[in-house]
Amino acid sequence: MEIKSMQFKARAAGSLANVALQGNLKNAKGKFVTKRAEAIRDLDDFEGTRDAAAAIRNKVIDNLDLWLERFEQKARDTGATVLWAKDGAEVCRLVIDIAKKHGVKKVTKSKSMLSEEAGLNHALEAAGIQPVETDLGEYILQVDNNEPPSHIIAPAVHKSLDDVADLFHKVHGTPRKTDIPALTREAREVLRGHFLSAEMGLSGGNFLVAETGSVALVTNEGNGRMVTTLPKVHVVITGIEKVIPTLEDLSTLMRLLPRSATGQSISNYFSILTGVKKPEEHDGPEHLYFVLVDSGRADVVGGDFHAMLRCIRCGACMNHCPVYQTIGGHAYGWVYPGPMGSVLTPLYAGIENSIDLPHAATLCNQCGIVCPVKIPLPDLLRKLREKQTERGLRPLTERIGLRMWAWVAQQPKLYALGASFGARYLKWLAGGADRIRVLPTAPEWTLGRDFPAPQGKTFRELYAARRKSAAT
Amino acid sequence: MRVGLFVTCLVDLMRPRIGFAALKLLETAGCEVIVPETQTCCGQPAWNSGDAPGAVALAKKTIAEFEGFDYVVAPSGSCGDHIRTEYPTLLGEEPEWRDRATALASRTYELTDFLVNVLKVDSVPGDADGLIQGSVTYHDSCTGLRSMGIKEQPRALLAKLRGIQLKEMDGCEECCGFGGTFSVKFGEVSAAIAERKCNNVLASGARAVVGGDLGCLLNIEGKLRRMGNETTQVLHVAEVLAGRV
Repeated sequence: MEIKSMQFKARAAGSLANVALQGNLKNAKGKFVTKRAEAIRDLDDFEGTRDAAAAIRNKVIDNLDLWLERFEQKARDTGATVLWAKDGAEVCRLVIDIAKKHGVKKVTKSKSMLSEEAGLNHALEAAGIQPVETDLGEYILQVDNNEPPSHIIAPAVHKSLDDVADLFHKVHGTPRKTDIPALTREAREVLRGHFLSAEMGLSGGNFLVAETGSVALVTNEGNGRMVTTLPKVHVVITGIEKVIPTLEDLSTLMRLLPRSATGQSISNYFSILTGVKKPEEHDGPEHLYFVLVDSGRADVVGGDFHAMLRCIRCGACMNHCPVYQTIGGHAYGWVYPGPMGSVLTPLYAGIENSIDLPHAATLCNQCGIVCPVKIPLPDLLRKLREKQTERGLRPLTERIGLRMWAWVAQQPKLYALGASFGARYLKWLAGGADRIRVLPTAPEWTLGRDFPAPQGKTFRELYAARRKSAAT
Repeated sequence: MRVGLFVTCLVDLMRPRIGFAALKLLETAGCEVIVPETQTCCGQPAWNSGDAPGAVALAKKTIAEFEGFDYVVAPSGSCGDHIRTEYPTLLGEEPEWRDRATALASRTYELTDFLVNVLKVDSVPGDADGLIQGSVTYHDSCTGLRSMGIKEQPRALLAKLRGIQLKEMDGCEECCGFGGTFSVKFGEVSAAIAERKCNNVLASGARAVVGGDLGCLLNIEGKLRRMGNETTQVLHVAEVLAGRV
């Protein structure tokens, strides 16, 4: 997917100015936050389960090569083919090769963020193969000129009911309707024909189970089952970090994933798919492929951002992020938005291509508190800021300003003088009022709010005067 | 008990009365309070902006200034936590300094936490002064709340003021959008987050919004005034508790 993260600020401004989007974001925030809180409350030992989940994920990523080999062996034993992709281009090439080998003209897709990373739909179309998104949210986006998703589990969350009503009326040529079940039925009717005629199904994978060579899929619409069982060929595309050791581990992680994501104790559908159709079985694919994708993940292993590989893609961090809640996912400019995206985008798409993202957070740590696998997201964002500074990627004025300030703060007398001057300057700017309307030294502050005026003298001046008068 | 008061750079520059309020609260409770005159900033802005060398230098300076006291107290959860949680981390590669940082960390407190859990105060001077009367709502600043566990302490102290009633607002634990340098790098987003906070403040119907971190308070006050609200007071919890200084 094309990266537009360098335009973060302009895109965020666009989001703020979009009245309809602001309404949709407000609705989404309420639902996600409230439902998760209720679901977590029902869990006996949330903190203990979090610790266990983080330990499972650490166990894997600390010896990733070993667990991947174990998964590969087991998956092969079940009749699956395991392929490895270095990057997005290789994902596209491998999937197109598989499609051509099996004479595929149409591919039905269940949700896959990896295919978004790779820009797979575009590549398939260019190769003469029709991709059909079957997750309702993804379908809505595909028929709306291939709009990118704005959330990792609710891709069309930025759209309102009216937006979808207008869209379906236009693309389906049917009378406009605003009844949600009726709109869903309309999409089902369109998709049914695709499910039956596609020669290949493509899905992501929430977890890969090394013990059994299985892929676990968490969905709410049933489309995942159609995609993975009806066509003769099923291709799973997922990141190499998604492997977990055992089915027991899967059950631990599944106590947290739906609760953290949508506030459900369990998703409507939860599938564990193992191997190809056996002679005595009635359904399932004849050919099963795993495309396991690196795309920057292996480089993260063992480094400063290792903990990020624990991520199980629940989206709780973005749902609870004050910045995401305010601007939505498109502003972030790539596949993954919110706090996890502001870490992943620099790591996978280039630190130099996403300069604003690590700074686009208040470091309030609400994301760290809700993360089911305890990823210290604010620490990782801060570390990325440090990397940017080390590599000289921040604006020169900012770097000089920070160094100057840090140097002055080490010289108490000079600092005291600077603070006295600063307090008086701000007081002068306020011109006798209790606020400053335009702050020339930090104009961004006063774009949307006033800056309260200082008292006028610094604490250290007043304290010294008080001590002096007490002494005399 | 000798307490070193870490005033914080923002209080020094913008609201000295918060520093004097903290001083009064500690002295009234029987502490010998020393305000080292060479103190400047804890270095958090440098640390959060990616300037690790600057943050390390300021951490060492602050440790040297304050390690001689029994306790260090700051009228801020954000600065207090930077000393308590981040210093041992950011000095992790220098064993001697890391040990000094760890020793200081265990004796560093946010003001209300110190008053409640160390000094165990029975009363606060603001009660007699009655400077602020009526209903107040409390904004839980992020770092104090989520890293230092500051939640019940300020409420317990405010409950000692007979003229004040606490009216909780919706989303009192949600970020106000300040975020230090975030507020000047992404001013519009920051102000939009602040607007949600201010709407919750106004909906509570409280006469004043009270908090424990000046950065958040400047953000909330600035947004309230820009929204046209002239009546809701924005106060640091130390000012309310200390009364006249």
